[in-house]
Order: sequence, then C-alpha cells, then structure tokens
Amino acid sequence: MQKPNNPFRKLVMSAALSTLLFASTTPANAEDTIKVGVLHSLSGTMAISETTLKDTMLMLIDEQNKKGGLLGKKLEAVVVDPASNWPLFAEKARELITKDKVASIFGCWTSVSRKSVLPVIEELNSILFYPVQYEGEESSKNVFYTGAAPNQQAIPAVDYLMNDLKVQRWVLAGTDYVYPRTTNKILEAYLKAKGVAAKDIMINYTPFGHSDWQSIVSDIKKFGSTGKKTAVVSTINGDANVPFYKELGNQGISAEKIPVVAFSVGEEELSGMDTKPLVGHLAAWNYFMSVDTTKNAAFIQQWKDYIKNPKRVTNDPMEAHYIGFNMWVKAVEKAGTTDADAVQKALIGVEFPNLSGGVAKMLPNHHISKPVLIGEIQGDGQFVTVWQTNKVIDGDAWSDFLPDSKPIIADWTAPISCGNYNTKTKKCSGQNY
Amino acid sequence: MKTPTFKSRLKTPSDLGLVAVQPSAPLLLLVAISTLARCEIGGVFKRLATLGCLLTALLIFNQPLVAQEQTAAEPFAQALELLRQGSMQEREQAIEQLSGDMRSLSLLQALQDGKLFDFKAQSKLVIAQEIDTGYSLTDPLNGTALPNVERSEVGKINLNNKLRGNIRKIVGQLQLNAPNASVRLAAVKAMNTDIDEKALALLKSHLTNESDEAVKQAIQKILLLQDLNSSDKALRIAAIEALKDLDSQDVVNTLQVIIDKDADGNYLESDSDVRNLAEAALIKIRERMQAYAAVETVFFGLSLGAVLVLAAIGLAITFGVMGIINMAHGELMMLGAYTTYVMQQLLPNHLGTALILSIPMAFLVAALVGIAIERGIIRFLYGRPLETLLATFGVSLFLQQSVRSIFSPLNRSVSTPEWMSGSWQINDFLSLTWNRFYILIFCLLVFTALLQILKRTKLGLEVRAVAQNRGMARAMGIPTARVDALTFGLGSGIAGVAGVALSQITNVGPNLGQAYIVDSFMVVVFGGVGNLFGTLVAGFTLGIANKVLEPYAGAVLAKILVLVFIILFIQKRPRGLFPQKGRAAES
Amino acid sequence: MNIFTQDKTYTTTLITLAAVTLLIPFCNLMTTENSVLHFSAYSVSLIGKYLTFALLGLSLDMVWGYAGILVLGQGAFFALGGYAMGMYLMRQIGSRGVYGNPDLPDFMVFLNWTELPWYWQGFEHFGFAMLMVLLAPGLLAFVFGWLAFRSRVTGVYLSIITQALTYALLLAFFRNEMGFGGNNGLTDFKDILGFNIQSEAVRSLLLLATGLSLIAALLLCRWIVNSKLGRVVTAIRDQESRVRFLGYRVELFKLWVFVFAAMLAGLAGALYVPQVGIINPSEFSPLNSLEIVIWVAVGGRGTLYGAIIGAVLVNYAKTVLTGLMPDAWLFCLGAVFILVTLLLPDGIVGLLRRRIKPVTEATANTAGQTV
Repeated sequence: MQKPNNPFRKLVMSAALSTLLFASTTPANAEDTIKVGVLHSLSGTMAISETTLKDTMLMLIDEQNKKGGLLGKKLEAVVVDPASNWPLFAEKARELITKDKVASIFGCWTSVSRKSVLPVIEELNSILFYPVQYEGEESSKNVFYTGAAPNQQAIPAVDYLMNDLKVQRWVLAGTDYVYPRTTNKILEAYLKAKGVAAKDIMINYTPFGHSDWQSIVSDIKKFGSTGKKTAVVSTINGDANVPFYKELGNQGISAEKIPVVAFSVGEEELSGMDTKPLVGHLAAWNYFMSVDTTKNAAFIQQWKDYIKNPKRVTNDPMEAHYIGFNMWVKAVEKAGTTDADAVQKALIGVEFPNLSGGVAKMLPNHHISKPVLIGEIQGDGQFVTVWQTNKVIDGDAWSDFLPDSKPIIADWTAPISCGNYNTKTKKCSGQNY
Repeated sequence: MKTPTFKSRLKTPSDLGLVAVQPSAPLLLLVAISTLARCEIGGVFKRLATLGCLLTALLIFNQPLVAQEQTAAEPFAQALELLRQGSMQEREQAIEQLSGDMRSLSLLQALQDGKLFDFKAQSKLVIAQEIDTGYSLTDPLNGTALPNVERSEVGKINLNNKLRGNIRKIVGQLQLNAPNASVRLAAVKAMNTDIDEKALALLKSHLTNESDEAVKQAIQKILLLQDLNSSDKALRIAAIEALKDLDSQDVVNTLQVIIDKDADGNYLESDSDVRNLAEAALIKIRERMQAYAAVETVFFGLSLGAVLVLAAIGLAITFGVMGIINMAHGELMMLGAYTTYVMQQLLPNHLGTALILSIPMAFLVAALVGIAIERGIIRFLYGRPLETLLATFGVSLFLQQSVRSIFSPLNRSVSTPEWMSGSWQINDFLSLTWNRFYILIFCLLVFTALLQILKRTKLGLEVRAVAQNRGMARAMGIPTARVDALTFGLGSGIAGVAGVALSQITNVGPNLGQAYIVDSFMVVVFGGVGNLFGTLVAGFTLGIANKVLEPYAGAVLAKILVLVFIILFIQKRPRGLFPQKGRAAES
Repeated sequence: MNIFTQDKTYTTTLITLAAVTLLIPFCNLMTTENSVLHFSAYSVSLIGKYLTFALLGLSLDMVWGYAGILVLGQGAFFALGGYAMGMYLMRQIGSRGVYGNPDLPDFMVFLNWTELPWYWQGFEHFGFAMLMVLLAPGLLAFVFGWLAFRSRVTGVYLSIITQALTYALLLAFFRNEMGFGGNNGLTDFKDILGFNIQSEAVRSLLLLATGLSLIAALLLCRWIVNSKLGRVVTAIRDQESRVRFLGYRVELFKLWVFVFAAMLAGLAGALYVPQVGIINPSEFSPLNSLEIVIWVAVGGRGTLYGAIIGAVLVNYAKTVLTGLMPDAWLFCLGAVFILVTLLLPDGIVGLLRRRIKPVTEATANTAGQTV
C-alpha cells in the first residue's frame, strides 16, 4: 500500500471527486423532450400527502404523451425528492431549473416549502403550479395557485354553518402555522362582522403532529355545552387529525352535537382513518371524489387503472394538479413555446373544466375559479355533498377581511402587472423585479 | 317519478316533507306557492335555489300521484321506497312516516349505524354486514337471512346530520318500551335534546309505568327542567331544590339562564328569590365541577403517562439495560402498529379479536426483527454504544422506507373495536374514555409482566448478570451471545406491543416511530438508565406534569416547560430519578 | 496522540479546500456565463452549503471527537447562529416587504404587532448581528454547559439533555408568538450589506467567505488540539476521573470546548442562511442534530478533517440520490450508515490512512466508556 507519492495521489483523488461533483451539474443535452419538474416530498413527514401528487403528475404526463405529447415533443417527468426538508426544496427547485432545464414545476404542499422555493423560481423566472389550498396574501409572477384561496373554502363553509346549521358559538382550532393563523384571522374578522361576540369564539393552536388531544377536546366539549349550537372550524393539519377525531368520538362529541368542518381532511386522509367516529362531520373542498360527473368518473377510473389499485381514492389537490397541468398544456400550445414568459402570459385567461362542475379560469391574479362544496363524511370514507355554490368562485389573493390587505390586489396583466398593488396609493410593493 | 337532481338537495325548505305525507291537492298548491315565496329571499344563491324550489314543487305534485297509484294502501312500503331512492329531503319525510310504526325500529337502527343498503337487483332495502367476499344480507323487516352478494350489488343509504338526529329521536321513542332498562335510559337521553310537547307527553305517561330507578330519574330530570319554565313560582323553586344536587350540564345551562340578563340589562327571571336560589345552586354545582375537572386532569395525565411508559419501556431494556442507543426503537413500535393493521385486514369481521391477537403477533414480529438486527449488526458493536447509534439510525431509515414501499406512504386505517370506543360516562362533567382506560391497564400489565420476567425467570437472571458484568457472566458459563439476542428481542418485542396500543390512539404510518423516539429517550433518562421502575415513575410524572400545565400554558408551552424541567432535574440528579448503584453505574 | 506524524490526508484536505474556495469564486468573477470554467449558481450555492455543513461537522468533532462529549443538539447552536443572521437579513428588507412596513418584518405585521420586540433591536447593524451569531449560541452553551458540567452530568445523560434542549427550542421557535416567524421562519431575503443576495458576485463571495472560515476554523482547531489545552481535553475524553485527580478543573476545560464548538456552529449557521435563503425551526429538529453526528462518524471521528470529508460526502450523496432514485435513496443511505459502522469503524478517514496505525483503536475502546 505504501507509495512514495501518496499525497499527490490523494490530491488527484480529491480532484477527481470534485470533478464528479461538478460533472453532475452540467446541463443535460437531450432537447427532444419537454421536461416537467415534479417537486413533491417522497420521504419525511409530508410524504403521506405528497407522494400521491407525484403519482398524479406521472399519470397526467403519461396520458399527455399517449395523446402525442406537446408541440410535437414527448413530455418527460423529472422527479426529485425534497424529503420534507424546506431548504432542500429551494435547492431541488434550482436543480430542476438550471440542471434539468424543466419547462415548469409542479410541486410543494406546505406554505413554508412554497415560501422556500419562491425566491429561486422568481430569480430563474420559471413556473410553479401550487396545488394546495393555502392562506393567500401572496401572488407571484411565477407561481400559479390552483388550490383554494381562503375565500374559496373557509368563508363559504362558515356561511353554511351559520345559515343552515344555525351555529352560534365557534371553535377555531388549528395547527400553529401560517395557513391556520391566516384563515382563523380572516374568519374571526368575518364572524365579528356578522355580529358574533368575542366570548362565543374560541381559538386554539396546537403544534404539528399533536397527538394528545384529551384536554383540548374536553375544553371544546365544555365550550359547546352551554346550550348554544357550537361548531368547530378545523384547520388542523395532516397527522394530528386522526388522534383528534378519535378523541372527539371517544369523548362522545358526535357530529350532531358539535359538527367539525375541516379544511385539510380529504378522501386520502380519510382512507387512513377509522371513519366510525367521523361520520357526519364536514369538510369544505372544491372537489369530492363522490361528485357525479362523467369527467370525474373517467378521471377516477384512469387513476385507479394507473395506480393499479381499485381502492385508491382521489382528492382535491389531485384535481388541482389535473386542472393546472391541463391549463399549462393549453397555454404552451397557445404560446407555441415553453418559454416561461410566453407561457405565463398565455396562461392568464386559459379555461379548463373542473371535475366538480363549472369551468376553471386562470385569473389575472394567478388564482383560478372553482366551485365550493361542503360534504358530510360517510362511513365509507367518502363525502356526500350537502351544499354547494351555484357558480364558480374567483380566487382572491388578498383577503378583503383583513385591514392590511384590503386595498391590495394582484393583477399580472398590463398596465398593473403586479402581485401586490395597492389600489389606494397606486403603488406596487414587495416585488423583486 | 322524476329523479331528483342534485339541485333539490340544496337549499330547499326542509319542512316541506312533513306536509307532503298526506297529500291533498289544495294543500300541495299552497305549499308549492309558499315554497316559491321563500325562494324570493334566497340570498346569494337565489337563482339556483329558485330553480331547486321549482323542481321540488314539481316533485310534490308528481310524487303523491305516483304513490297513490302504486301503494295507496300501504304508506309504509311507500316510505321505504322513498328512503331507498329519494333525496335527503324525501328521506326525511320517509323517516317521519316510519316513526309511528314499531316495524321500522330495526330498519332505522340499521340506517343509523350505516348498515342499511339498497339491494339494486331486487329494488328493496336490506341490512348488510360486511364479510370477506362482499355483504351478507338480512331483511330489515322480518330478520330473515338473504343470500350473500358482491360489493357492487348493493348501495349504501346515505344520511346527513339532520336525519341522523331525527332518527335518534324516533328510535328513542320507539325504544321507550324496550325490555332492557339501559336501552330505555339511552332512549330517554336521546329524546332530551329539543324536546317537544309530544315527546314530553310521551315521557309523562311513560313515567308511571317505569320500574327502573335510573330511567325514572332521567325522566324526572327532564320534567323538572320543564318546570323551571312554568309560571308558578313555587313550582320553580321546588324544581331548583330538586335539581341542585344533580351533576348535569342541562341543569347548569338552565340555571344560568335564570340568573342571566337580557340585552337591556333586565333579569330574565323576574323573581329575586328564584334568582338567589339558582345562583346558590350554581355555585355548589360549580364547586363539584372543579373537583371533577381535577379528577379528569389526573386521568388525562395518567393516560398520557401510560403512552409514554409503553413507548419507553422497551427502550428501557435495549438502551437502559443493554446500553444500546437504539434509534430504531420507534420503528419497532411502528412495526407493531402495522402488525395490528395486517391482523385487522386478515380478520375484518372480528376487530376486537384481531386486536387482541395482534398483541402476541406484534411481539413476535418486532422481537424477530429485533433479534435479526442484534445478530446481524449490533453484536459486532458491543462496547461501542456510539456506533450502535449510527447503525441503528441506518436501520431506522431502512425500516421506514421498507414500510413506505410495502404499505405505501399513506396512513393505514386501524379500527377501534366497539368495546374500546366511547367513554365511561360517570356524569355530565366526568367521563373517562375507554381506549385510554384500557391502555392504562395494558401499560401496567406489560410493566408487571416484564418485571416478573426479569426478576423471576432464568432469562431475567442471565440478562441482569450480563448487564452487570459481561466478562464475569461469561466466565460463569452464561451464553452471553444468546442472552444478548434474547434481551434485545425482548426489548424490541415490548416495543412492538406498545405499537399495538399506539395504533389505537394515533396514526399508523411510516412516521409513527419518529414521533415518539425523542420522548422515549427522555423518559428513560429521566427515570434513570437501567431502572425499569424509574421508567414507570418517570412516564407517569411527565404525563401528569404535562396535563396539569396544559390548561395554563397551552399544549406547546407545557411541553417546553416539561423539557426544561427535565434538563434542570438532570443537573440536580445527574443519573435520573432512580440512579443505579454500585460499580455498574460507573460505566 | 501522534498529531505530529505526517498526516497526509490533513494536508490534502486543506489544499483541496483552498483550491475549491479560491478557484470557484475566481473563475466565476473572471469569466462569463457561457465559459467552460464557469460554475452555475446551482453548483456554487450547493458547494457553499456543503462547506457550511463541513464547518458544522468540524465543530461537533471538536466537542465529540476531542472532548468526548456526544452532543445530540449541535443543530441548536447552528440554528441560533442562522436565526441571528436571518434577523439581520430580515431587517435589510426594509419597506420592500409584502405589507411595505419599514420597520416590521411581514410576519409581525401579520400578527398585528405594532413595534419591534426588544430582542430584534440592533439587528439592523451587520456588526451587531455578527456578534450575536457568536454570542447567542455561545451564551446558551455557556449557561447550559456550566450547569451540566458542574453537576457532572456525563455520558448518555448529557447527550439526551442536549437533545431535550434542541427539542425544546424547536417547539419554542414553532410558536408564532415567539416572534421568529413560526413554522415559516425567516425567508425572502433581499440584500446583504447593501448587495443583492441573489447576484452571482455575492454568491461567489459568500462561498469564498465560507471556505475561508472553514480553513481558518480547521487551522484553529488543529492548533487548539495540539496545544496543551487540547491535550488536557483529549485526556479528559480518555480518562476523565484520572485527569480530575491530577488536579485539573475538568468542567472548565469541557465548558471551554463546548462553548467554542457552539460558536463555530453558530458561525456555520450564519453562513448557511444567506446561501440557502431560508431559516426555519426544522433546523432545530433532533433528527438534524443526529445527522451531524453521523457525518462525523462516517468521515472519521477525532480527526477534524474526517468531519469535513464526512459532511461533504454524506450531503453530496444525499443530493445525488434524492435526484437519481427519489423512491429508494433512504435504503441506500441507511445501508451506507450500517456498512460504514460495521466495516469502517474509523470512518472513511480510517480507510484512507489504514497504514498509519494511530490511536484509533484505543479511541474506539475508550469511546465506549466515555459515552
């Protein structure tokens, strides 16, 4: 083993190592395909929700290729795993754009992952389709929000509870992060504007993955035992829901006594829960698997065939990707190129039918129009629609119920071309470009 | 008959159904007109609502005609048909129609439990029980068994909350004469919400026939609460006197109304005697409520503690006794939880049995994986605990990803058997949930069993010998390699058993283990490494501390405070609550 | 410890580091976008990130490899340094935030706060922020270490309470009321010292700064472990009670190294944040801290450069594998950890210098007793 020129050999080795490091960063040479980035966590805490979206994207891309691809080229999915690690989202986004040269990215779930990716996408001027309901208060030139803004989910749900179930006391329970905070802030302002007294509103925040709900559920029970009709508006996220609903059921809080309307519990989450204690509780979404349209039936069948599991369910963020992807395809065809600027322009105004009825339209504020549905959970893990809006509702980036954002609008068409435009001061702020 | 479109499910006035039960043309016309009139104040969804109303109005005209032709003689069968195919509104009227008939009891109960299905081929309602191949059917009216069918041949009859509430009341009224006293009691309680004159009269007449004391009391309470609204002052005062010793939320709410003021600042109850009496009664009840709340907090703490102890106790062996920093401990619990899931998949109709069977199965699975880990990896690393940390961390990543690949990254649904759901309702202010209660007992059982194994068996003796002095033990002829494998297997198996318990209260998914690993280490270290009893005391202490702090500080801050407490406590007692004594403690 | 034996790997590491640090920024500043010698922004920020992790690994190796204190909460100091830097960067946004408030960061406007909390005061000055980058983790380490070492908390007990520390901080920083942006943390940075943080020049300079810090830290650590202080510390690792009986104040030496390592980690965090563009509470998660231990173990404990090699290699493997096999990379990573432990007890460095037979064997044996 002993060699006289050992240090030199080591140097060569390290040099080789570093070359390897950079070699992987040289751009790919194949230009005969259009690449589409899929940026969803496949491991870590968010894998539970995001893996399905990765599969959805692969299915959609596969189907588009069967139809002959796009602009005469095949589409190619580039899947990476940001591993539920927020800085890694930014790094992977950069990798997708600069190394893999993807035409657009479909991805992210949590607000923080979107916030982490945002500067990268803006700097490199790419396109991100974000498929999850979120807190609003944002509109980027480079992001297209295909999930619900608060006015497309939270406000209609509260209206339903107030008008149809005659709810008088409100528990706003959420996981402690920006989406529940914003939603609850909007709802609190909204409820107070409707004449609900402060003592009839209880706000509670819990950490991610909270698993011991005994005390909180007991508090909710006490809060709801005054004789006035009480409801819980839940922005509790992901994993914390199972122990929450179990505890509700065990402490004898049924949907008849205190209904819970959730914004983050869909078919997919329900498939991992014992639904017995949940029956009758509500959820507000823009899509339910049970919606009876031919388009939806076809989509469900396609999904089941693709995933080769007849028991798999579809959910709202999947529909959002379905709409987003098809809008992107339409916009690329309209623009005749995958160039980001051209596609961004072409996207505004693109229309595509929702699976749940009505036509989604990409609005100048980069949000889309959707119907709002409220469903009751059934024992089989599906929803029965009990209420729905009669027409699609336009997504509003900046809530009108918050004093700070009331005068602000987003409009990416000329002459405003700004995601944060103050109609009072006529100024565009908070933009990097 | 016109099939209702989705629109009629929307904002149509729900009381329509009541009128349509006994159809007569002029009345129907009236209803239809009033329906349309209501639609004028439709609000945001005016246009659609109007359309919906029109359709409903049309339906009302059509429907009785059809019904009269077909089954004029049999409104019962007609109601069944409505229930089978109708919209939510139609179902509501159908249920109302069924309410007077004793025949419908089992049918309505099945409907309430989500077991009533539409047998499409024969166009009739059936009660269906899920079995391996599909459903086994029984006739809801006479209970005769029907041939089994495939999943797709039947469709479930869906309900919404309003209907569920109605059914519960109707079933309550129908069950008021049930032979079983507890059924009658439940029936009375079900009738308690939004009680109307009719139900009140029913209860009054029932009271004279009732023999069971508990049922009598329940009815009397309802009647007394009604007395509080009476105009007779003496009656009101007598009612308060009778009610003040009851632990009932209804009593509190009603008394609260008596002492409340209305918007203009006037008392709702004009008589000051009654008010003072009510106030005094409320104070007494509130005192009792606080005592119950304290009991509840202790129970919450104990049950949280039980979960912590269960999660930590396996680690107390692998980490505490053997000195292996086992980062895969959480994943072994996860394996136990998945075993429960698999067992329930294998025995879908015997959830309770499956759960009990999964205890030994989970032990076996986790123990075997544990032994494999020990034989394959850890045995090369004795004396180097840090390397065990690194290697077991690798194992944990491996196990997590395996589960993701085999079972998918989604959470799996593990059902709670009937006897473990719900709560032990002591009174309105105190109820202990059964699942927590069982887990608490289970935790103590596991702990005792483990303690006995270590104290009474030969394996236990050998384990303790090897833990104290490996070299000496070997010199005495103890097969240390075998003992190591078995000990690690035992610790892992206990982790698997803990997983079964966890599957009853939290998610069964690939991240299950990570959620508990930090807490487990905390408990073991706080209790004193190598001391099982310390782990038990530590778990319960931390659980109760957490729950006592939670109402004041909130869930997050309570947890932070507990962590800070552990950090400070370790400064005071650097080897935990129950430090190991002697030479073994030095290493 | 035969520190003075001709350790070729050390020299090689140092030379490679210097080459990377100097060459890449130089190439990037001198050449244009299309040149062969030009490194993309992606590689620059990636290498920058690896180097901050290397610095973090180095800090852990000081305290674990040389003082024998297995800290399972080194990530806490890293994150604190990162937050201090993040706070400075947040203040630099000024009125360019979403709500256009000149003083308050967006998330405070959102929480309806009207003025800057006291602990945010002063962070608009770069100097003060840099001071806090070192002081915040240093102070926490001092208080924590002073308590722990004085009461002779050792071994796993110490490891677990450092884990409790980082876990408690994780929960605390998640809380929106803390005033550090909650789960979203601090992000959307614009400028550093008046220069656009996304510009290529700033990126190259940040890489240069990171590299130079790493080299300086490596030299400094090397000097410390070779000094008398370092020798006492190593002696404490190997036989704590014996050193105590010799009359040394063991707890003071430990405290010194612990605080020093915490400050290094804080520095690493401060360099990390502007390069990745976000700092949030997940950096406090116990798993992150565990990963640092693994970098050091994979690279080779108690060698300083081993930590650097380990940090860079493990993270490079992660980058490549998460892209190449997104569904199975955890299998590979898990397998690597197991195999390294079983086959390479001294880490990769042990493999590289197998012919030199230094104290590693003794280290491995005593490690069992000290931890």
